[in-house]
Order: sequence, then C-alpha cells, then structure tokens
Amino acid sequence: MTNSPRTPGIAPARLPREAYARNFADVEPPLDAHEAMVAADRCYFCHDAPCITACPTAIDIPLFIRQIQTGQPEGAAKTIFDQNILGGMCARVCPTEVLCEEACVREAAEGKPVEIGRLQRYATDTLMQRGVHPFERAAPTGKRIAVVGAGPAGLACAHRLAMKGHDVVLMDAREKAGGLNEYGIAAYKTVDNFAEAEVNWLLQIGGIELRTGQRLGRELSLAALEAEYDAVFLGLGLAGVNALRSEGEEHHHVQDAVDFIAGLRQAGDLSTVAVGRDVVVIGGGMTAVDAAVQSKLLGAENVTIVYRRGQDRMSASTHEQDHAASKGVRIVTGAAPLRIIGGDHLEAVEFAYTEEGPDGLTPTGETFRLKADQVFKAIGQHLAGAPEDVHIEAGKIAVTGPGRTTRLGVWAGGDCATGGDDLTVTAVAEGRDAAEDIHATLVGAAQLAAE
Amino acid sequence: MADLTTEFVGIKSPNPFWLASAPPTDKEYNVRRAFEAGWGGVVWKTLGEAGPPIVNVNGPRYGVVYGADRRVLGLNNIELITDRPLEVNLREIKAVKRDWPDRAMVVSLMVPCEEQAWKAILPLVEETGADGVELNFGCPHGMSERGMGSAVGQVPDYIEMVTRWCKQNTRMPVIVKLTPNITDIRYPARAARAGGADAVSLINTVNSITSVDLDNMCPEPMIDGKGTHGGYCGPAVKPLALNMVAEIARDPETAGLPISGIGGVTTWRDAAEFLALGAGNVQVCTAAMTYGFKVVQEMAAGLSNWMDEKGYASVSAVSGRAVPNVTDWQHLNLNYVTKARIDQDSCIKCGRCYAACEDTSHQAIAMSPDRVFMVIDAECVACNLCVDVCPVEDCITMERLAAGAIDPRTGQVVPAEHGDWTTHPNNPGALKAAE
Ligand SMILES: Cc1cc2nc3c(=O)[nH]c(=O)nc-3n(C[C@H](O)[C@H](O)[C@H](O)COP(=O)(O)OP(=O)(O)OC[C@H]3O[C@@H](n4cnc5c(N)ncnc54)[C@H](O)[C@@H]3O)c2cc1C
Ligand SMILES: Cc1cc2nc3c(=O)[nH]c(=O)nc-3n(C[C@H](O)[C@H](O)[C@H](O)COP(=O)(O)O)c2cc1C
Ligand code: SF4
Ligand code: SF4
Ligand code: SF4
Repeated sequence: MTNSPRTPGIAPARLPREAYARNFADVEPPLDAHEAMVAADRCYFCHDAPCITACPTAIDIPLFIRQIQTGQPEGAAKTIFDQNILGGMCARVCPTEVLCEEACVREAAEGKPVEIGRLQRYATDTLMQRGVHPFERAAPTGKRIAVVGAGPAGLACAHRLAMKGHDVVLMDAREKAGGLNEYGIAAYKTVDNFAEAEVNWLLQIGGIELRTGQRLGRELSLAALEAEYDAVFLGLGLAGVNALRSEGEEHHHVQDAVDFIAGLRQAGDLSTVAVGRDVVVIGGGMTAVDAAVQSKLLGAENVTIVYRRGQDRMSASTHEQDHAASKGVRIVTGAAPLRIIGGDHLEAVEFAYTEEGPDGLTPTGETFRLKADQVFKAIGQHLAGAPEDVHIEAGKIAVTGPGRTTRLGVWAGGDCATGGDDLTVTAVAEGRDAAEDIHATLVGAAQLAAE
Repeated sequence: MADLTTEFVGIKSPNPFWLASAPPTDKEYNVRRAFEAGWGGVVWKTLGEAGPPIVNVNGPRYGVVYGADRRVLGLNNIELITDRPLEVNLREIKAVKRDWPDRAMVVSLMVPCEEQAWKAILPLVEETGADGVELNFGCPHGMSERGMGSAVGQVPDYIEMVTRWCKQNTRMPVIVKLTPNITDIRYPARAARAGGADAVSLINTVNSITSVDLDNMCPEPMIDGKGTHGGYCGPAVKPLALNMVAEIARDPETAGLPISGIGGVTTWRDAAEFLALGAGNVQVCTAAMTYGFKVVQEMAAGLSNWMDEKGYASVSAVSGRAVPNVTDWQHLNLNYVTKARIDQDSCIKCGRCYAACEDTSHQAIAMSPDRVFMVIDAECVACNLCVDVCPVEDCITMERLAAGAIDPRTGQVVPAEHGDWTTHPNNPGALKAAE
C-alpha cells in the first residue's frame, strides 16, 4: 500500500484492504430470530396506532409486528409489502427516528421506541431470502402503461399496475434500474447489492418490461409515449444539482456529492475510489452527511460539513448527524461559502459566518478558511429534464391528489412531483397511489365504454 | 429482622421455603446443595415400594409455555416417581438428615392402595430420622393409570382410608398432598382431616397438554410420535392454587388444618400471598428448576424485608391474614361504586384502554382526534379492564365515589351503608327472606 489518509491531494487506496470491508459493512446489522422476538414483544399493538399514521406508506405496523411475534415473519412481510413493495429498502434507509419510531408511544413513554425499522427488515429479509414473490397478477386488462424513471416511485407504480393486470414498460435513462436506491443511498445502508436484488425480486411479478438507457427528452418524448400508451407515469427524481454560486465553483475538484456517491456505489472495488485528504462538504441534508461519512470511511484524513444555517435547520436528522460525528466528521454550521481557492490543485474554501435575522441569512463580516483538496456540493437537487407540457410549480411537477399532473393521462410522483418529503418511502407511497388512480381511471373508462 | 423460622406440624425449619417433591429433591447431591443455598427444607422425591424400580420415558419429559423473551410461564411433565432403588434413597435421606439436622426432611410416598404396602414402607422411612411423610395423592399421569397418585386423590374415601392406615402405623406427622384435578377441593381436604392427617399440601400438577407439534400432529412432549397429558406447574398455575388453598382455609370443616402451599411460587411475593391465604409454609419446584437453587435467597430476603416493613414479627403472624377477607360473591358490597380515572400526564396514548372498552366492554372511553382518552362516567361500569390492559402502571386508577354522590351511570345516590345481593331487591331469595 502506497497511500495513507495523509497522502496529499486526491488519491485512491488510502486504507489497508481489509479496512474497506469493515468500514462499509451493514451499518445496522440484521436482528436474528430471537432478537426479533424480544423486540416484537415490546409492541403494545396500539389502537389506531400513531406509528401507522407516521408512515408515509401506512404500513400496518402493529399487525406485522404481532405476526413476527407469533412466528409468522413471512406473513409479516406480506403485510408490509401490501402497502410498500420496497419495504425491504425502506427498512434500511427510512429515517425512522423522524417517522414511525418518533411516533411510537414507547418513544414518548421511555425514549426507546419499538425497533420498527429493524423488525421490518427481519420480516422482509426472511421472505425475500426465500426468493419467492408474494403477489400474483390479476387477469390481463389489455392496457399498456409507460412508467418513466425506475427509482422507488416508478418501481412502486409499475409493480402495483402489473399486479392489477396492466402491462407496464418501465424506462430509465441510466444503465440500471433502482434510481437512488442503486446510485444514491449510502453503501453501508444497503450492502450486498441489495438494491439490485430487490429490483429483480420486484420484477418477478411479471408484466413489467424494463428498458434502460432510455431518456425522456432524448430517446423518448412525452407526445410519443402518450400516443403509444394508455397512461404515463413520470418518476424522474431530481436529476439536477444546485449550484453554489461561489467564486471558483467550476474547479475540477469541486464535485457534485451525488456523482461522487454514484461512483462509489458502482465501484466494484472501493479501494479504487479516490478521495481527498482534506474534504469539505457543503450542505446540510442526507446527501451531505452521506458524502462526508463515506469520504471518511474511504480514508480521508479530515472531513468537514459546512452548512449555512443553524444546526436545528439541517435537514439531516439528529441521528444522521450523530452518525457523522461518530465517524469523525466535523460539522460547522452558520457559514456560507464565498470562494474556492487554488490553482491546479485545490487549496482551501473561504467561508463567511452568517446570521439568521428577519431579512433572512446575512453575513456577519467574519470569514475563515478551511483547507481542502476536494469539495463536494450537496446543497440540494432540482428537477431537470421534465417535459414542457406539464405544469411546473415551485420547481416540481405540479400534481393534485394521487399524482395527477395538469395533463390528462399523465401522472407523476416521487421527488420530481410536488408534495411530500424527498424520501424513498414517500416516493413509494406516491408511485403506489398514482398506480391505483391510473387503474381506477382506466378501468372506470373501460366500464363506461362498455355501458 | 423478621423471624423466618417456621414450625409446621411440629417440623422446624429456618425458613418457610421447602423444595417440593420433584427432581430437585431426587438425590443426596441435589439436596445437600439445596441446603447449602439456603432452602429451609425438602420433601424428598416420591418413593415407591421396594422391588424393581420405576422406569421413566427415555425421550423428553417436559412441555413448556413461554411468555415474552422465553420466560417460562408454565411447565408440564410426564415424569413418574423416583426411578432409583428404594434402599439407595433411604440411605441418602439418612445421611443428609444427619448432616443437616436443622432442615426439614419430609419423605414423599406412593405405594399401592393396600394397607400392607404402607405398613411396610413407613418404618423404613422412620428409621432414616426423617421428620415426616407426605402422601402423594396427586400425580396425574402414569402412576394414576396404576391406581395410585391422583387416582386415589380423586376419591375422598380412599384418601381417608390411606391416611388412616398411615396415622395408625407411624409416629411421624402425615401430610396429604392433594390433586387439583377435581371439581371441589374441599372434599378431599375434609377426607384427609377425617383420616387424621396432620396437614394438607397443595396443589400437585394440573392435567394438561401444553402444546401440539403441528408438523407431527402430536402433543408435546412427543415420544416417538405419541404424547400423553402431563402435569402442569409453574407461574401459570398459581391462581388455581391460591384459590384452592383459600377454599380449604375458609371451609369451617377444615378450618385450622395446616396447609403447605404449592403451585407457581416464584418470588417472595408469591410466597407471601400463599401465607396470607392460610398456608403455613410453601413448597417450590418450577422456580428452582428454572433458575437453580439460588432463587431461595431472593425469596427469603424479600419475605423478610416485606415483613419488616409491615411489622410482622413471624411467619405465623402472616399466615391466614387474608382469609377473613375471602368471601362469597353474594356478600360483596354493591354500594361500593368506582369510576376509572386516567392520569393524562402519564398516559402515553397507546389507545389500548379505548380498544378494550370500546370493543369488548362498555364504550365508556372517549378518544379525541388528538388522542386524548377520557372516561365517560355515565357509561363506566367500573369493570377495570382498562386498568388491566394499560401498559403504564397507575396511569388508570379506580376512584371511589363518595357516599352521597350521584353515580352518573345510574342516576342514583351512592348509599353510605353496605348493601349486597342477599338484601338486593332483584334477588328473589332476599324477597322470600323478607316475607
Ligand atoms: C445521496 C442521497 C442519499 C439519500 N439517502 C436517503 C435515505 O437514507 N433515506 C431516504 O428515505 N431517502 C434518501 N434519499 C432520498 C431518496 O433517495 C429519494 O427521495 C428517492 O430515491 C426518490 O425516488 P424517485 O423515484 O422519486 O427518484 P429517483 O430515485 O431519483 O429515481 C429517478 C429515476 O428516474 C430516472 N430519470 C431521471 N430523469 C430521467 C429522464 N429524463 N428519462 C428517463 N429516466 C430519467 C433516473 O435515472 C432515476 O433512475 C437520499 C438521496 C440522496 C441523493
Ligand atoms: C370477563 C369474562 C366473563 C366470562 N363470562 C362467561 C360466561 O358468562 N359464560 C361462559 O360460558 N363463559 C364465560 N367466560 C369464559 C369465556 O367464554 C372463555 O371460556 C374463557 O375466557 C377462556 O377463553 P380465553 O381465555 O381463550 O378467552 C367469561 C370470560 C371472561 C374473561
Ligand atoms: S406505536 Fe409503537 S407500540 Fe404502538 S403499535 Fe406502533 S410500534 Fe407498537
Ligand atoms: S372501568 Fe371498564 S367500563 Fe370503565 S372505562 Fe375502564 S374498561 Fe370501560
Ligand atoms: S391504555 Fe393507558 S397509556 Fe394507553 S391510552 Fe389508555 S390510559 Fe393512556
């Protein structure tokens, strides 16, 4: 090994070989059968349970936990998948500390919620490891639907439509399906190629034809899709990355955090992924935390997240922030980037301290510099490549109800559409609900025609 | 420090915790270690008559019922009486009693229902220096098929007859161990007293099948594809045992008959409850089999601390304290009116009280959209189901309505005086009595 955490500049292989396996191991190891029983026993089987209300896909949590408790983990998985076909991924990536587990009455009672996420993983893993698919398709309807974007929203939509008996063509611009499950989620949350395995398992329902390398706006056009299919669902995610608008931003060692993560996720051998010695991540959300933590785990010596507002405004949850801190990531809040300094090699980033006042964020006049040879931008993503024929509102495809766009026959959901948080589970809920609405619309129309 | 020494039918022991006749007392090695751990006495594993020893199954002999986290709530067994030669047991009993003179050594016996068989074995036991005998009229499996154990215990006449034989043939105190597999426990207890028993001990195990192996369609424990009912014991049977002890304690025909309380004693509190309902001491099996002999240290320390707190100087001061308060339903005060009260500060909003009352009781809990739960006094019948299902202790309490207050459910004034079924206007019997 030639490189170390102290090797200057951007370099691969900063760590001994075995360190990668250790650093990128399952961040929250699965429960074994006995641990699951003990964890399940803690659930009170609440009436009209607050945890269900807090789950964007409204999984019947007390029911599935009781099924685990009575020795039916596969039945539990079915309960989960009924509401959320990506229940396996959600069990790994949901910020449960601000969703179901925050609402759990045992969180209120003793600050120790029922471990809903881990129990969900136990149940879904048990079923998925058997390789069986628990759903069957309804009789064919003869309807064909185009789903564009094979992220969580598109996958959930496609699955529900296929289950209802429709034929689905699922198209995505990238090489692989999965969206951010495949290209974005932190590696230690979804080990052993789970994202890909989950997509393959989901497609076992049948009736879904996957076409990758198909970009709306390049190979595909909305008009053509509308002409060919009975309905169109758009689950495009947020393909654009927000700019810093700071001097020097175009430096080649200033990178989009999502691209860095996508590269890392697709690398067969993590020791080939190059990372700086002094890494600065600008942003305050999940992407910033993931880029920072994974930089650290790849062997960067110093990693700092800098967020322009106060810590309480960071969209990364306290749990995520604590995780970053536990890996040695420093978090600086209340500072905005002014300029990126450096020639061929990056040297530093200059920041201005900020103050939050009635007129918004203003610089205090005080500045400081952080040594940096690599900078990641993680100040948010935006919609890019959406068709012009649908109405855009606040930077997203405007939808009403279950994902109806302003164009008849076109639905949208997930990060690209208005409403809901930008989370995997929300995307699944929106994809599913749009599918139900598409189904109701198509079947309703068919019934009307028959009458 | 409270005095835990007890004298039960003249047998002294340093504390009221005896090991019941069962595997823990089946051999010298066990009993010595039990005494070292602090047990006050033992009832040696039941001896049979001389001759070829009993045989046990060679497959599993226990079934189990678990609570959360594999906590043993109930155990059943298909074990028979001791399968070791009589003379070996007698030799060991003698050796242990010689070395531990301050501990109670009672020997359990089960021989055929013939006077000669009892006459033969009693002197052999006496010769060991044992303090007393316990007649096993309770074992519900195997031995009962051969006309012993619960086959005797289910026929009061046999109980009386065998007890009398024993009393006539030994100077040792005779304790009769009763089976719960009977409809009214008072009859066998009365028979024991009539036969001259010095005491009764109860309960033996309850006829049971703990579970069914659904792959093999066979009750557990499964022996080569077949199963049989076993005897149930452990925490699950405590309520049955407490009731039977209380029934005997308050029956005028058996009043004052010493009782050794057995069935699910697992903690000091269980023991205190048996004592309160009339037991003079307790016997323990499943708790020792689950946790080992050391549990007696918690039991003894706990009982002693509690007695100190309450100012009970001796075990006999506790014994029977609750018996006067065990009564018939007809004597319960119908003018004692309570309502459930929810402490909003400790409520965690799980809604279990609501589900219980709404679905299965009296629709007396209101739930607001923001999950505030309130009792509707006009509907609450004070069943206290909500208290039982609430996961937070003392979050729901039952509060008494003062005399003179109006019960919003009935619209009636709560009377100050006692009023029960015997005098209630709806009771045809009460009317007749008044006429
Ligand atoms: C780094 C990072 C970490 C995250 N971590 C978490 C987490 O831990 N937990 C959590 O709940 N959420 C997390 N999120 C958010 C979560 O990943 C998203 O909310 C979720 O993936 C949204 O699903 P989607 O289907 O709407 O979009 P995406 O997952 O983005 O999928 C959109 C798909 O559409 C395709 N596409 C885009 N444009 C076109 C086009 N023009 N033509 C054809 N196909 C197109 C894309 O290739 C992609 O496959 C994270 C996000 C990021 C960026
Ligand atoms: C509060 C309560 C009242 C009951 N009342 C009756 C009754 O009036 N008649 C009856 O046959 N059984 C009655 N039972 C017994 C039940 O029907 C049932 O046999 C018993 O509870 C055992 O079943 P379980 O424990 O599985 O619920 C009652 C049980 C409870 C808990
Ligand atoms: S809130 Fe907690 S205890 Fe209640 S049902 Fe949900 S997981 Fe169970
Ligand atoms: S005591 Fe019974 S009736 Fe009253 S509120 Fe509670 S469950 Fe309902
Ligand atoms: S059962 Fe107890 S904690 Fe739960 S809602 Fe009712 S009062 Fe509150």
